[in-house]
Amino acid sequence: MAETVAFYILAALILIFALFVITAKSTVYSVLFLVMDFLLVAALYILLHAQFLAVIQVLVYAGGIVVLYLFVVMLVNLKRPPEAHSDPRRLGRFGLVMALAVLAEIVAIAAYGWMTPAAETGALSASNVEQVGRALYTDYLIPFEVASMLLLVAMIGAIVLAKREL
Amino acid sequence: MVDAIIIPLIKIVIVFVSVLVAVMYIVLLERKVQAWVQVRLGPMRVGPHGILQPIADALKLFVKEDITPAKADRWIFSLAPILVLVPALIAFAVVPFDADITLFGLTIPGYIADVNVGLLYIVSVASIGIYGIILGGWSSNSKYPLLASLRSSAQLISYEVAVTMTLVTVIMLAGSLSMVGIVTAQREMGWWFAFAQPVAFFIYFVGGLAETNRAPFDLPEAEQELVGGFHTEYSGMRFAFFFLAEYANMIVISAVATTLFFGGWLSPFPNVGWLGFLAWVPGWVWFTAKTFAFLYVFLWVRATLPRYRYDQLMRLGWKWLIPLAILNIVVTGVLKVLV
Repeated sequence: MAETVAFYILAALILIFALFVITAKSTVYSVLFLVMDFLLVAALYILLHAQFLAVIQVLVYAGGIVVLYLFVVMLVNLKRPPEAHSDPRRLGRFGLVMALAVLAEIVAIAAYGWMTPAAETGALSASNVEQVGRALYTDYLIPFEVASMLLLVAMIGAIVLAKREL
Repeated sequence: MVDAIIIPLIKIVIVFVSVLVAVMYIVLLERKVQAWVQVRLGPMRVGPHGILQPIADALKLFVKEDITPAKADRWIFSLAPILVLVPALIAFAVVPFDADITLFGLTIPGYIADVNVGLLYIVSVASIGIYGIILGGWSSNSKYPLLASLRSSAQLISYEVAVTMTLVTVIMLAGSLSMVGIVTAQREMGWWFAFAQPVAFFIYFVGGLAETNRAPFDLPEAEQELVGGFHTEYSGMRFAFFFLAEYANMIVISAVATTLFFGGWLSPFPNVGWLGFLAWVPGWVWFTAKTFAFLYVFLWVRATLPRYRYDQLMRLGWKWLIPLAILNIVVTGVLKVLV
């Protein structure tokens, strides 16, 4: 019961902050609201007893990726939007396509959740770090390795792009 | 009720107050140590040997005018000092100060919280602290703070990689991410991880110096180039917040180093028979003594080493410490399989 209440409060806050992210006038404020959103999502993970995921969420998203966003926003002058972005009709069409795609995604997820019965969660053991590690290195070994190769390639690509002469 | 709410609350208050008092006195200790190294006396006027100097300093900061620059972003300018200080303080939530204490028939654990991702919690909380630094420099709308905050955050991000990598070796030895679990593992192994993992300890400590912007890595507040760092435009209590956060972060680094590498609350030399009387000293005394030993090294290093150049700092971080940390993981892994 308490968990349900906490979930709805967190979900409402997440949506409110998400709205702030897209309506804030200053881009720096947008980024800060995004950090709040990531922290609240981490709280949702804790509610699901996934402490490991929650901490990684804070470490990677709030502490890493958004810091880079902030760098970009601070260093690049965003006061005057480029011409292409100021055309309202073009923005509207693009927005409509994106909104439809997201809607289709949400409907698909909801339908899938409706049709398949809830998975047996079983007893949540205290050490979900161990569970995550075991799952990643046994059942999901190949996707995990593919993802890490992808990240490695991205990293090398970024270095090559940033440094023209090596 | 008592177990779940009142005792943790009392512990939080005790930890909070002792950290803040410790911060005040580390500032005095720093001035004293610098003075002794340079054959001076240091603060002597306020109280005997300047013992009341921190209180005078705090009062001075309280009554000073709080200035917001005209072109600053007001909201973020006020938010930044808070964002720096809060992560430094909440990191203490998972640091174990002592073994379980029995008091009036109640068994009180020597930590505020023991989560099974304790070490990761500390790392992620520390990574949140960067926001205060970046935003403080940016919102001042002034060039020196902005430059300093860019330097500071680049430094933090670079050294965070090396430090986090090196913590992996500790986790491999302990087989646990919980801070209490790591101390227990050291008790069971019979020796502290600083002796099992000297390389990891070295990287952690160098990274700790860099992450707290301390000498010889104090480029973000290089007075000769940048006036005073990302908090140049701050005054009064807001400046005090940045100051408190810097020293609180030093305590966090020292306390974590104590826990990970020097056995936390454990007494030294449990294997030497005639030193057995050391076990009678309470654990929190050992913990505090070890933490202060580290803090003293912080001050000592500042008085001894000259500042690095910025390219040297980045080269040390990326080209030496990170590869060394990765190599250390590999060696530890191989040894763990073989032995």
